Amino acid sequence: MARQKKKREVQEINASSMADIAFLLLVFFLVTTTFDSDYGIQRRLPEKPPSDQPPPPPINRRNIFLILVNSKDEMYVNGEVGDINLLKEEVKNFILNPTNDETLSAKKEVVSEKWGKTILVSKGVVSLQTDRNTSYNRYIEVQNVLAAAFNDLKNDLALSEFKTSYDELKEMATKGNVKAKENVEKVDEAIPLSISEATPRKSGS
Amino acid sequence: MFRKKGSKSLPAVSTASLPDIVFMLLFFFMVSTKMKEITLKVEVKKPNASAAAKLEDESLVKTVYIGKPTAELRAQFGTEPRIQLNDVLANDVSDLDAAVQDWRNEINEAERLKMTINLKIDKETKMGIVTDVKDRLREVNALKISYSSMKAKE
Repeated sequence: MARQKKKREVQEINASSMADIAFLLLVFFLVTTTFDSDYGIQRRLPEKPPSDQPPPPPINRRNIFLILVNSKDEMYVNGEVGDINLLKEEVKNFILNPTNDETLSAKKEVVSEKWGKTILVSKGVVSLQTDRNTSYNRYIEVQNVLAAAFNDLKNDLALSEFKTSYDELKEMATKGNVKAKENVEKVDEAIPLSISEATPRKSGS
Repeated sequence: MFRKKGSKSLPAVSTASLPDIVFMLLFFFMVSTKMKEITLKVEVKKPNASAAAKLEDESLVKTVYIGKPTAELRAQFGTEPRIQLNDVLANDVSDLDAAVQDWRNEINEAERLKMTINLKIDKETKMGIVTDVKDRLREVNALKISYSSMKAKE
């Protein structure tokens, strides 16, 4: 019949432009996509002390590793001109104090529940003093070295105790590994991130 | 000739599956795209740091920008480094109080303590303003911070 013949001739909707449309959208998303996941040096600010709290007892001089960065971005380590390239090893040596040097940080015995034994924890504090005119770039440079130094110490300890690096333990912990999380806490207890920042002094004083 | 006849009957390569492939790519980019939420009013060139670690859980990360106002805004705001909170330039560090309060309210109660303040600070900035901000954050008890930096190789 004539009608049936006509019905048969009805064509499919032409879909060849679909690809063009999809391409257009694709290009739009390609251009707007940014894959910048944020990286940063993560720190915890000290809590504000309650106003009625007596000032903390003075720290023994041998337990302070003093880094001073002045308004001209010059760095002084324990009163002498410091070299940023040597700073990492100096900090590690100061905290670890393998030879029990009298001038480097002392250790205290801590009865640890996590470890289930008494462990030695360094009393050392790295004090970082800046000036209001110190550049942020220099500050981060020093902070970066400190972070790297403490990271190294933690890695060394984790490797010798758990045969896994601290970074790997941390990654496993974020994926929900309970054992790894325990081990991270153990390492954190043995090597606390003891960095103290004094309020910057007014320039020139 | 025999050969010519053969080549003539060779069909064109089918492009019917092209839309499928393109759609697959399209969906990938649609899912992975994160739109920029705010327009920057300050210039921020991050410092380099090799020990920088990745920030986890973006919903708990709130950003404070510090840097010189951008070229278009310089006539209005000058060239001194300014603090940008959300979409506005702060007049004073004390504006942080309200901003931190707002950010806390955006996060559900159980996770409020995990809020991280991401400090995106231009590397030319002086420490003075940075310290003011840090002191203020201590004041309002927002203690977890991150100094945003480019992950550089050693």
